Amino acid sequence: MQLVLEKRAERSNTIALISPLIAIGLTLVTMSILFAILGKNPISALGVYFIDPLTDSYSLQEIAVKATPLVMIAIGLSLCYLANAWNIGAEGQFLVGAVAGSWLAVKTQGTDAGPWVLPAMMLLAAIGGALYALIPAICKVRFGASEILTSLMLVYVADLLLDYLVRGPWRDPKGFNFPTTAEFDPVAAVPVLIEGGRLHLGGVIALVVVAAVAVLLGKTIKGFEIRVVGAAPRAARFGGFNSNQLILLTFAISGALAGLAGIIEVAGPVGHLQPGISPGYGFTAIIVAFLGRLNPVGILIAGLFLALTFIGGEQAQIAMKIPLDVTKVFQGILLFYVLACDSLILYRFKLIFASPKVSSGAH
Amino acid sequence: MKKILIAATAAMLVTGAGLFGASAADKLKVGFIYIGPVGDLGWTYQHDLGRLAMLKELGDKVETTFLENVSEGPDSERSIEQLARAGNKLIFTTSFGYMEPTLKVAKKYPNVHFEHATGYKRDKNMSTYSGRFYEGRYIQGIIAAKMSKSGVLGYIASFPIPEVISGINATMLGAQTINPNIKVKIIWANTWFDPGKEADAAKALIDQGADIIMQHTDSPAAMQVAAERGKLAFGQDSEMIKFGPKAQLTSTMNNWGPYYIERVKAELNGTWKSEDFWGGLKSKIVVMAPYTNMPDDVKKLAMETEAAITEGKLQPFKCPIVGQDGKEVECKGGTHLDDGQVLGMNFYVKGIDEKIPGK
Repeated sequence: MQLVLEKRAERSNTIALISPLIAIGLTLVTMSILFAILGKNPISALGVYFIDPLTDSYSLQEIAVKATPLVMIAIGLSLCYLANAWNIGAEGQFLVGAVAGSWLAVKTQGTDAGPWVLPAMMLLAAIGGALYALIPAICKVRFGASEILTSLMLVYVADLLLDYLVRGPWRDPKGFNFPTTAEFDPVAAVPVLIEGGRLHLGGVIALVVVAAVAVLLGKTIKGFEIRVVGAAPRAARFGGFNSNQLILLTFAISGALAGLAGIIEVAGPVGHLQPGISPGYGFTAIIVAFLGRLNPVGILIAGLFLALTFIGGEQAQIAMKIPLDVTKVFQGILLFYVLACDSLILYRFKLIFASPKVSSGAH
Repeated sequence: MKKILIAATAAMLVTGAGLFGASAADKLKVGFIYIGPVGDLGWTYQHDLGRLAMLKELGDKVETTFLENVSEGPDSERSIEQLARAGNKLIFTTSFGYMEPTLKVAKKYPNVHFEHATGYKRDKNMSTYSGRFYEGRYIQGIIAAKMSKSGVLGYIASFPIPEVISGINATMLGAQTINPNIKVKIIWANTWFDPGKEADAAKALIDQGADIIMQHTDSPAAMQVAAERGKLAFGQDSEMIKFGPKAQLTSTMNNWGPYYIERVKAELNGTWKSEDFWGGLKSKIVVMAPYTNMPDDVKKLAMETEAAITEGKLQPFKCPIVGQDGKEVECKGGTHLDDGQVLGMNFYVKGIDEKIPGK
């Protein structure tokens, strides 16, 4: 007897729409059981996770701050994935963007450079990220190298580059050799939107990015090309679309957005360049991209939702002494159910009973 | 094995937290931010033991909360602020990288007191505290020089910050009192906690002829490698004898309990004020693990040295101190280097052939 997945003849659009909700529902049920096993009241635990962070302006701001880099990176990645180009190295592009932008901040430190510094830093970061993303893209179209591997490996290169810079040339001269640059000057810092809070201009930029990519995908020919190349490569070839050019384009956009997210994070919440500026944003964004079904608005929601689990998880640690590992289990379970539900839209389980034809061991 | 330990610790904490969390709301709330998991068996583990020791003494007046595995990047400011918002009146942030975030949150919450470990920036409501780990390392240097057959020590270092540099220097100054020609090989792991990298570094050092391994990184990985290869090693932060029963000579352990008890008491009495605390063997912030796997004469020497440092008769950085360049270092403390010189140490003493990275 065998259990196999069989492709469904047709897929239900209604189910496709509500499948994320089913996944979230299943996650909540599973987590309730887990909380009960841990001896916590499931209702109040879920309340701390999902409701409490939404009830005050401080937590809402923190959710937005956490979601900003995730959404920006995921939006870029979604373009790649739609075009069937697999950029796994957004983490590296994020870091290189941060480095490229920080260069200007470090160079202008202590001078009376004007307010042009921050926009210039953002521009440099976007260019840096884009160029860095183009390395695997060019290797792909020129030499056929797997972009999955090359983009991933370049993450470590970026990590070490940043490491080298903050330990050597850019190290804060007054910082006792600690690996960090000095705090950026005010003109090189991303402005905070609400006095006393941490919500910064980056949140607005992320929203603009979401809107711009939604227009690109929905209303322009380029967007149509991206989607066709990914969904039906043969049709795209007949249509005369140049898929290599699209790989370069989507990688460049994706790298630019990751790089921009990098400098916003460094010049915003962190305030200086140091190792460990990203707790894995580039990789978490891959989850966000798929959770949001590669749709700009979906990604915005997914990014906010994932940020909510981080903030809620932290508050659960404080308020209910629920260990951090539970939050990680929680995120893992969520992703598992989303993927499982998605698979079951396209496939169904089928039991196959042993057939006599393949039973003999004669060969 | 490590996983099981972590799980066991977690389980203990969950049940423990349940017991403490249930009681009155008018207790003083004290928060902790940890860089690693409480089960890292090194740096964070010792801070958590300190927290538990404090709870044991003051548990009827105090309630604690900790956030573990808080990265030093953009998340830490939020984590610290979350503790402040949750009503914690005294917050310990236990890694260097939390310095700027702690400072930012301290400015926002003037009525909350903050304590930052190992940093150098302070404020009205933000203290710093650290340990004179170099005192233990001086003793280790003496033991190492006595025990080494090859005359080469292997040193796994984390970051070239003064705390680490002064540890390397203290080790060598101690070792040179026994063997003036002793050599040290240093590998920079560029991490505080990465068992894989630490183990690789230990292997590389042994392959280069080192027969005594010491480290300024937090996991017991190097101890395990030394034990496997039949070499001797020193533990770090915590008692690591179970990872190398035949390998561990001693361990310079961080013992934060007395400090946490004192500071929480001060907070309870309303006498807390911002200061810069730097305690060593004398204040029992630095404690040596039992001296094991060595002959009695070495053990005796180690204990005598420990006693002399504790009583203040012996200063590891006793003048004259000659730098790598052959020049004598200015002696600002009269008979020994003053605290400022140790806290900002950025030179190697004579006898070290390596170069400080980035210098």
